[in-house]
Amino acid sequence: MMGAPPPGKDLMATYDFVFDSLGLRGWCGEEQGGLTSMADLLGETSGEEATVSAWDTPFPSLDALHEACNTIPQSRELTLGLEQGFLGIKDSLKVVVDPLTQPLSWALSNALWVMQAVPWWIMIPALMLIVYLVGRSFKLVGLVAAAFCFLAFVDYYDYTMQTLAIIFVCAIICVLLGVPIGIAMSRSDRVQRVMIPILDMLQTLPPFVYLIPLIFLFSVTEPKLYGIAIILYAIVPVVRLTDLGIRLVDKDVIEAADAFGMTKRQKLYGVQIPLALPNIMAGVNQTIMMSLAMVVIASLVSAPGLGVLVLRGIRNLELGVGLLSGLGIVLLAIILDRVTKAALARINAQQPQ
Amino acid sequence: MTDDNAPKISVRGLYKIFGDDPQTALQRVKDGMGKTELLAETNHVLGLNDINVDMPRGKTTVIMGLSGSGKSTLIRHLNRLIEPTAGEVLVDGDNILDYGDKALRDLRQHRMSMVFQKFALLPHRTVLENAGMAPAVDGKSKRQYADEATKWLDRVGLEGQGNQYPAQLSGGMQQRVGIARALTSNSDIMLMDEAFSALDPLIRTDMQNLLIDLQGELQKTVVFITHDLDEALKLADHLVILKDGFIVQQGEPQEILLNPNDPYIEDFVADINRARVLRVRSVMEETTEDPGEVAGEVDHDATLESVIAESGGDTTLRYRVMQDGRQVGVLHMRALVRALVPSGGAEGAALARAEA
Repeated sequence: MMGAPPPGKDLMATYDFVFDSLGLRGWCGEEQGGLTSMADLLGETSGEEATVSAWDTPFPSLDALHEACNTIPQSRELTLGLEQGFLGIKDSLKVVVDPLTQPLSWALSNALWVMQAVPWWIMIPALMLIVYLVGRSFKLVGLVAAAFCFLAFVDYYDYTMQTLAIIFVCAIICVLLGVPIGIAMSRSDRVQRVMIPILDMLQTLPPFVYLIPLIFLFSVTEPKLYGIAIILYAIVPVVRLTDLGIRLVDKDVIEAADAFGMTKRQKLYGVQIPLALPNIMAGVNQTIMMSLAMVVIASLVSAPGLGVLVLRGIRNLELGVGLLSGLGIVLLAIILDRVTKAALARINAQQPQ
Repeated sequence: MTDDNAPKISVRGLYKIFGDDPQTALQRVKDGMGKTELLAETNHVLGLNDINVDMPRGKTTVIMGLSGSGKSTLIRHLNRLIEPTAGEVLVDGDNILDYGDKALRDLRQHRMSMVFQKFALLPHRTVLENAGMAPAVDGKSKRQYADEATKWLDRVGLEGQGNQYPAQLSGGMQQRVGIARALTSNSDIMLMDEAFSALDPLIRTDMQNLLIDLQGELQKTVVFITHDLDEALKLADHLVILKDGFIVQQGEPQEILLNPNDPYIEDFVADINRARVLRVRSVMEETTEDPGEVAGEVDHDATLESVIAESGGDTTLRYRVMQDGRQVGVLHMRALVRALVPSGGAEGAALARAEA
């Protein structure tokens, strides 16, 4: 049409006109003669004009705008910037987070040690006793004994105990942190407004995503790395259900408590928490189940336990190992679910409504 | 405190406006804006409008009104479960709106107790623990309050039920626990918020009689909320009728019945059994002179119903009205019959007296 244009000029980007019309060409800097994208290269070599029809108009994304104006960064620079930013604050973040989370490492390694050091012929009866005290059901105790004996029989005893130890520690910390947060949320609408998006985010982030910043922050040899990942993932239900449970407590009963001159503390411990307990326990049940789900994924970052076997099954294509360890996880899930449900049922039975 | 005739609770110029900016709305209400206009123009709800009530010591004050009339809002001002927009609430002469947290808790723990429409018992505590809620809040152990709580549970007819849970009891029994809980606090004032409205009619009658019996023994200052005029007339020493947040009429129930000062109240009283509610003293001719020939003697506090039964329906009879063994008046049966017709009942009675 216009004859042979000088090289470089035929590489008109779609959004050139924006910067030209706004008079920002100078701000964008001179065209560097270099080729920037594969499409340009192709256009160059084939000798065709890189014209873009209206149908193919790209979205004004960072990359598309970058073609028109060099000052606009490319999207890979954005991700790179995020990474640089995180690495930049990493050290100062570590100064704060490291001592705060040190007890977690300590608790996890001690729990792992205890659960493995105690011989099986003490540990299994002890677990059975705990189950009996929580659930008061011999059927449940039988189920627990059978499951552990099976897992021990196929030589997965140590892995099972490691997984259990991690779940115990993480679930307890979830409850210790989650219940007070839930109480704070139930008492103040503002706290609730702030917390709900955070909880939504924690709940919807794919579990693998938690691991990425944590790997940068802590050394892979530290147990708190997976401990934090599990807690972040599993704490949500107990927080939500504590908040919900306390908010659902009968308004009339709260009014009666006020009318008889209860202090806030008396109301919390004497009325709100006892009446919210069924909901809180349902949250604890969910939290335990979610920590079990996460402990498998956390084996990617050196969490010991049955998850390691699953990972081995995937990596080495050892089908049998994968299936058997998967079955072990299912058994643990059933046991933990049944035991917490039994505890919940006992609480509900105490509060006939 | 020493003056027995001083009201136990006085409410002075009480306003309550619900909304974002009640003070501005209050000014408009004081300038004469009504409830509907206020809602339409400023989106504020006028809950209570210039309430002034004196609640006599040791008597039952009944606050009556339909739903939305503000009666439940009013009773919650007496122990400050709701804070007023303006006004004073005096208990034993003290303005409780000046109270700090501690004094307010003390008021609620020791000087006032409350009975609720929906019982509001603690479902996770036994009947005994519920009855002992006030002493428990005060820091007393179960052993310390068990005797007192059991005493009141027995008094309201719940012998041996102390170890049950509220959910195991029927509605009527749960409300008995509610009353025992209020009595165990040993407070002078009992606030009862539609306490019997959720109960079956027969059980409600039982509970009303229980309350009347208890009042005979204990002479507490009771503030009773109800939407049921029969209940109000049965229990009230002082009746306050609320409508749309203001007091339409207050006074002695017989007086209101005979002289309703508002069409709203006339509508209300039109449907009730006047023979059962009205007393001889309200329709008799007051005189200590010897009436001459009479058919018999009746007590001044007897209901008209009982006199009709005694007279066999004969409207020509006259009765001597007695109080504490002395004559206080004469009852003409014709005046009695005239008083049974609602509108202008009072003038009718007066007319009948004049004719006789």
